[in-house]
Amino acid sequence: MDLIFSLLINGLATGMLIFLLAAGLTLIFGLMSVLNFAHGGLFIWGAYTGVWFYQMTNSFFLGIIVAIITGLLIGYVTERIIVRPVYGNHIQQILITLGFMLVLQELIKVVFGPQQIAVFPPEWLSGSFLVGDVVLIKYRLFIIAVGILVFAICMFILKKTRIGLIVRAGVINKEMVQSLGINIRLVFMLVFMVGAALAALSGILHAPYSGNLYAEMGLEFSILAFIVVVIGGMGSFTGSLLAALLVGLAQAFMAYYFPALSLAVNMLLMTIVLVFRPQGLFRVKG
Amino acid sequence: MNSLLNLNQVAANIGQYHILHDISFEVPSGGVTVLLGRNGAGKTTTLRTIMGLNPASKGSITFKNEEISRLKPHIIANRGIGYVPEDQGIFGDLTVGENIRVAMKKEDEGTTKRMEWVLELFPDLKKFWKKPGGQLSGGQKQMLAIARAYVNENELLLIDEPSKGLAPIIVEKVMDSINQMKEKTTILLVEQNFMMASKIGDQFYIIDDGQTIHNGQMEELKEDKVLMKKYLGIS
Repeated sequence: MDLIFSLLINGLATGMLIFLLAAGLTLIFGLMSVLNFAHGGLFIWGAYTGVWFYQMTNSFFLGIIVAIITGLLIGYVTERIIVRPVYGNHIQQILITLGFMLVLQELIKVVFGPQQIAVFPPEWLSGSFLVGDVVLIKYRLFIIAVGILVFAICMFILKKTRIGLIVRAGVINKEMVQSLGINIRLVFMLVFMVGAALAALSGILHAPYSGNLYAEMGLEFSILAFIVVVIGGMGSFTGSLLAALLVGLAQAFMAYYFPALSLAVNMLLMTIVLVFRPQGLFRVKG
Repeated sequence: MNSLLNLNQVAANIGQYHILHDISFEVPSGGVTVLLGRNGAGKTTTLRTIMGLNPASKGSITFKNEEISRLKPHIIANRGIGYVPEDQGIFGDLTVGENIRVAMKKEDEGTTKRMEWVLELFPDLKKFWKKPGGQLSGGQKQMLAIARAYVNENELLLIDEPSKGLAPIIVEKVMDSINQMKEKTTILLVEQNFMMASKIGDQFYIIDDGQTIHNGQMEELKEDKVLMKKYLGIS
């Protein structure tokens, strides 16, 4: 029982990290129809700058703040310079954002060096505690808590505020939103920056979880986020959360019981969803 | 009579296709101006061009004597033009209330009064206030689309084929609501249903192959069987 519980916590923590990365991706795709392959670059820059500041100041909290600010800034630059000229053209979007992803990845090596960096959780999040016979690792619980908090804040904004209402309407029908007198480009930019900040947050949280940092990690992890967006339904925020948890749990359990299949399970899940429900688990209605 | 909207030799393309060649007309302040024409003549594209959704490639469009043809759609809308597209543009996942709230530019007394008035006009919207827009019937969606355009202080409403796909009894209801609305705002209406157009229209323009080819008072058109047969296919 304690093993299953431990795998469950592990899967939920991984799922939450994927969710943070996928949340921005699904909003960016849903609202702007942009396939942003540079999202992994934002993840890795958030991780590196956050860890750099964390190791310099010994404050993990400040590291998180720096990662988020980095995400917002790179998100702004990416939207203005890279994405804006190719709105409406998916082929160009794939090429230019993938290219920019590689640039961001290589720039990491230039700025921080090519070697892997070991990262540990801060003291107050290190170690574990026992609940009955079950060992609970503090840092994994912290990731789950942050994921729940981010989901709650985003849902509150989406459901209860005017900007959230505009974003939800924009995901369904951009043209109509413009016809109602709303500057959709401004909303695009805002959503892109928030999405980038969430990717960066995912990056800094992932670093102590995996224990080390390397430049290629962004591309590897963003593939999982794309799978989650497809499974959850492109543009669906709730769909992304559920799909991310599903992928995280599937990966955790498969890694223990069928290690050889642990990487294939995500692709398998995506294939099943695409065959039986091509629009994803949650469809945004126009 | 003052001209509220003026199109002068407007041309517009959709991709590589030239849809509008020479559209020229005036919408006077007050009443209902109807754009008539066969399917594919360019009526919907004309409304989209006015809204800036299909930018004009040539010509001029002035609203309250100011050029708007190079402006972005949201700026045009904020100048005081409301738009009800052919597909109604309802946000299916949003409730009826949210569909209206997202359109409200202000929450002042005037907006509240207009909303109350429009909800009296369409009581179904009040009844289904918390229902997702995607679950409404075709007629209710049309009412929601019109209400959404009316809720702001717009001086001109562009309404594209409000009777399309609706049962005759619902068409009557929509027609009645537009008739009441025309007392309060100017309307530019695209309509295929000539019966409806002739009952609520004051003046008309006929569009054929991307050009305005004829105009006049609606009363005159009803008498002109030759014109109706030639350009509208009505005998």
